[in-house]
Amino acid sequence: MATAENGSSEPKFRWIGTRPVRPDGVDKVRGRANYGADHALPGMLWGKVLRSPYAHARIVSIDTSGALAMEGVHAVVTAEDLPEIAPEESKIGEGPTNYRDLSRNVMARDKVLYHGHAVAAVAASSPAVADRALAHIEVEYEVLPHVLDGDDAQSPDAPLLHDDLYTKGVEPAPERPSNVASRVEMGRGDPERGLAAADFVVERSFRTKAVHQGYIEPHAVVATCGEDGRATVWASSQGHFMIRAYCAKLLGMEQSQIKVVPAEIGGGFGGKTTVYLEPLAIVLSSKSGRPVKMVMSREEVFRATGPASATRIELRMGCTRDGRITGAHARLEYEAGAFPGSPVGAAVMTLFAPYDIDARAEGYDIVVNKPKVAAYRAPGAPMAAFAVESVVDELAAKCGIDPIEFRLNNASKEGVQSTFGPKFKRIGNVETLEAARAHPHWKAPLAPNQGRGVASGFWFNGGMQSSATVQVADDGTVCVVSGNPDIGGSRASLAMMAAEEFGIDIERVDPQIADTSSVGYNDLTGGSRVTFATGMAVVEACRDAVRQLRERAAAIWGVEIDGVEWADGEARPTKGGGELEPLTLRDIALKAARTGGPITGRASLTARGVGMAFGVHICDVEVDPETGKVDVVRYTAVQDAGRAIHPSYVEGQMQGGVAQGVGWALNEEYLYDDDGRMENPGFLDYRVPVASDLPMIDTVIVEVPNPGHPYGVRGVGEVPIVPPIPAVANAVASATGIRMTELPLSPPRVLAAIDESRG
Amino acid sequence: MARRHVSTTINGEAVDFLCEPHQTLLDALRDELQLTGTKEGCGTGDCGACSVVFDGRLCCSCLILAPEAEGAEVETVEGIATGGELHPLQRHFLEEAALQCGICTPGFLVAAKALLDSNPDPSETEVRFALAGNLCRCTGYDKIIRAVLDSAAELRGEA
Amino acid sequence: MNGLGYEAPQSVEETVALLARENGAARILAGGTDLLAQMKTGAAAPQLLVDVKKVRELSSVEEDEAGFAIGAAVCTAALAEHPGLCAAWPGVVEAARLIGSEQIQGRASLGGNLCNGSPAADSVPALVAAGASCLIAGPGGERELPVEEVIVGPGSTCLEPDELLVSFRLGSGKAKRGDAYLRMIPRSEMDIAIVGAGVCIELDDFGVCHAARIGLGAVAPTPLRVDAAADALVGSRVDDAALEAVAAAASAAADPIDDKRGSAEYRRKVAGVLTRRAAKIALDRARGEQ
Repeated sequence: MATAENGSSEPKFRWIGTRPVRPDGVDKVRGRANYGADHALPGMLWGKVLRSPYAHARIVSIDTSGALAMEGVHAVVTAEDLPEIAPEESKIGEGPTNYRDLSRNVMARDKVLYHGHAVAAVAASSPAVADRALAHIEVEYEVLPHVLDGDDAQSPDAPLLHDDLYTKGVEPAPERPSNVASRVEMGRGDPERGLAAADFVVERSFRTKAVHQGYIEPHAVVATCGEDGRATVWASSQGHFMIRAYCAKLLGMEQSQIKVVPAEIGGGFGGKTTVYLEPLAIVLSSKSGRPVKMVMSREEVFRATGPASATRIELRMGCTRDGRITGAHARLEYEAGAFPGSPVGAAVMTLFAPYDIDARAEGYDIVVNKPKVAAYRAPGAPMAAFAVESVVDELAAKCGIDPIEFRLNNASKEGVQSTFGPKFKRIGNVETLEAARAHPHWKAPLAPNQGRGVASGFWFNGGMQSSATVQVADDGTVCVVSGNPDIGGSRASLAMMAAEEFGIDIERVDPQIADTSSVGYNDLTGGSRVTFATGMAVVEACRDAVRQLRERAAAIWGVEIDGVEWADGEARPTKGGGELEPLTLRDIALKAARTGGPITGRASLTARGVGMAFGVHICDVEVDPETGKVDVVRYTAVQDAGRAIHPSYVEGQMQGGVAQGVGWALNEEYLYDDDGRMENPGFLDYRVPVASDLPMIDTVIVEVPNPGHPYGVRGVGEVPIVPPIPAVANAVASATGIRMTELPLSPPRVLAAIDESRG
Repeated sequence: MARRHVSTTINGEAVDFLCEPHQTLLDALRDELQLTGTKEGCGTGDCGACSVVFDGRLCCSCLILAPEAEGAEVETVEGIATGGELHPLQRHFLEEAALQCGICTPGFLVAAKALLDSNPDPSETEVRFALAGNLCRCTGYDKIIRAVLDSAAELRGEA
Repeated sequence: MNGLGYEAPQSVEETVALLARENGAARILAGGTDLLAQMKTGAAAPQLLVDVKKVRELSSVEEDEAGFAIGAAVCTAALAEHPGLCAAWPGVVEAARLIGSEQIQGRASLGGNLCNGSPAADSVPALVAAGASCLIAGPGGERELPVEEVIVGPGSTCLEPDELLVSFRLGSGKAKRGDAYLRMIPRSEMDIAIVGAGVCIELDDFGVCHAARIGLGAVAPTPLRVDAAADALVGSRVDDAALEAVAAAASAAADPIDDKRGSAEYRRKVAGVLTRRAAKIALDRARGEQ
């Protein structure tokens, strides 16, 4: 079998590492692929959500009678129609989620906590009627003072979002509630002693703004719920099993009453790892007796769905004159939005990962009157990397050491004790740094007003639960059924691994993504886990099927299974097994009915052996000293992918992460007015990068195979958004001599910094 | 409210539909004609997912009222392939992995085709600016730009 | 949007009559790129849309000895396809071509850009610098106004509810004249100007500037014509000293606000920078060097 065993020898593959066309591709270039909003059912109603016009207010009363009296209005839902949910931590989402909070985020109960918070929903005969109906719902609010900023929220006289929120993780437990939901601390060694012994210490405070994942497809759902209480939901998400579980929990249903059919997903980046509309659509359908479709507007996506945290990070780091980091300490404050649950824990864990240093970090999760944050690609890590990699850059400069050499001098590697607990297994941190140093970009000349920055990034990657089924048809073709929405080409990588396992042409593999009732449970498409973990399930299911194929061949030949080996899509007698003519997959499949019935391989597993991953990015910018405009003129991303199953999609993940990171660095930010309303809830003023903002993005895939995966795969999707912010900031520092510590590095900010430095 | 009758031509075929006057061409394509290949990403002309060619010009169908389609010629992503054959742009997008989630792909294909129809030999910079009205959040644009440049070369007979 | 009406009249008279009948409840629909987006977000809620793209005078570019008549509803992509206009007024065309994406330019028009009333409208400073005027039709006949007099405040124009902007008049092509427009946006495309600067320069046979006009956008409640900046060029050879003077005059004339797109201080500084840079391009064009 052509598989890599623990990556020890250089294996020969037929499919792994090649670039076939993705199996779902034709439908996507023909406009036939069905995304969330593309589904329609006969008799369907249109649902819309009424949202809070205040950032913080008590709901005194809601009168829906005016809307219900309108022609064409079939149902109205408020929190009264949803069960009151007791506090309980969810185990299945990405990042911490409490079901009580989730319920109150889906529909406000008693209080609205941010501008855009859902307060009611209607189902009507058309979108226009639904819109008009919203205007006929009368909500009386008692407006409360609001707090938008994490600093202000910690002040003793700040308005409290939740009067039952007591900071977790502090001793002794606080006696008064506050907006600080929790404190976490983690570290290694005695950094204070190291800092005291340092020749150079840099101390900086960094700030980043809330940013949105910015997926192009707004949230969309169609739901039907019959009189028998059974619901079917069509939705685009990062996990239809998550939708099933969350809807069941929030609506007091059994999971067996809900079937969720995954639509194609038009981008998520972590932002579609929770529910917003789905429970409402089910209730509206239940009340109206009709299918209900709900699609968010872009404005709703910005106002009410998952931004990433705004942050403040204070960092001290010291090193010796010869470039050895002696210690570091960080304090991280992450805004969670209206309910606890920022990714500050992940930030505290990741921020020092590239370095073999004594370091300690404490993190604070702070609620404010803004939408509840959602996961965004390597949640929490990019902001933390901005701080650490900027300071590392400064220390390297103080030592007069090349910044890549400086990083290599301090690089974590296999066996090193991480600051977050475990010792690193086989990792490619050093290899990515060496590949960056060897890249021609690193030594290329720069033009006037240009500068170059480098930065490292790290992400754990996820394992979690996956299931797959492999069905062999009697013509010898194979259907691979799994349950993770394909957000960026995972059907291709799963099909390639299956083709490799069976030793057949990829055209004979049909990868399908099944609904919640048609395949075993799968955790979210998130944590860069699909090619790794679901890939592992597919490989195991294929091996299960191949074992059955060998059994059938053995039975046909009248030999023991040990007398049959599988190679190149056929069963062959093992050496010394005589002159038997090989049996192809098709030969065996044709005889399946007579040799024991259909051949179906299965696997359900919790994936262990996750391969942590590192990336190093090199960025050149040109700064207009008169306008402060920063243009990225060259970019190279280096990353350890373990092994690239489909290199084009690995490169694509790297390039996409870079683009998002560059947008975050330069221009993306949530802007609020004094009343707590987002001022830029559209793609015109929330500035994601456009094609003319970016150069080609060179990629270098380093392959340090992950011994924990049959093909050596490491997750690739999240690492590449970690280095860009500091890579850009370090490049701006190189071009201007100015260390920018607040995002975004927008033209007005950069020009102000330039002018200030000139005095 | 009286629905309005509109006679138009979509991808070369005469089509009639009824719409409400406030509906956009995008709404009509998707909800009245079930041509859901044209996507809505913003509804305000800022993302290009709803790109169509309207009377020979590239436009956002979310910024055209459905009644304006009376007598017009509309080309959508569904009309790019001819018969059973993909357009070179569609083929290059697939071969070069120029899509990840694919939601922006129809808009990019319509816009790229409009570009190459008027400028068969664009530079990389020209492609980037011509496609600046189409947002992609997945790819970082790199593979899209390459696919368009390679399609142009093929259409010029150079590949 | 209930009961929204839609009419597509064929003539100026018919259009004006419709506007008069509706008495302010109608909105003119040209490209719709601002109006439909405003309707989407609820910022506009007209009862009747009057589509003017079927009116001949509004949908064509005419050229004669006196110059150009640009229909108010001609899409900006079409302007770039008019060789005469591109040769005579490259700055106006490049400003028009900065309004949004290719998709937007398939619809957006100079008339819409002006009548939307935004202080940041890209085409307006360039039209001001070019000395363009507007032909406006109403129940009482036609009137002609300089472009800089049309916008009277953010989102508002001097047009009466029953008046229709028919076309823009621009002079004919001329040797030793150059115009240019530059704007500052945070991205490279798809943005609203934080500052826009349009400059038109005419040189005499000795290379001395004998006439200049300068328009600024996004630095005041309305687009500005800045004669003080133009005066800094007239009589000079548009040398470095004159360019510094024009920058200083442009910054001094700017009266911007802080908003989500930029601070007043930033706008004031960059107004000078862009005016200087646009003047240099206009100069090169006047000298026939570009």
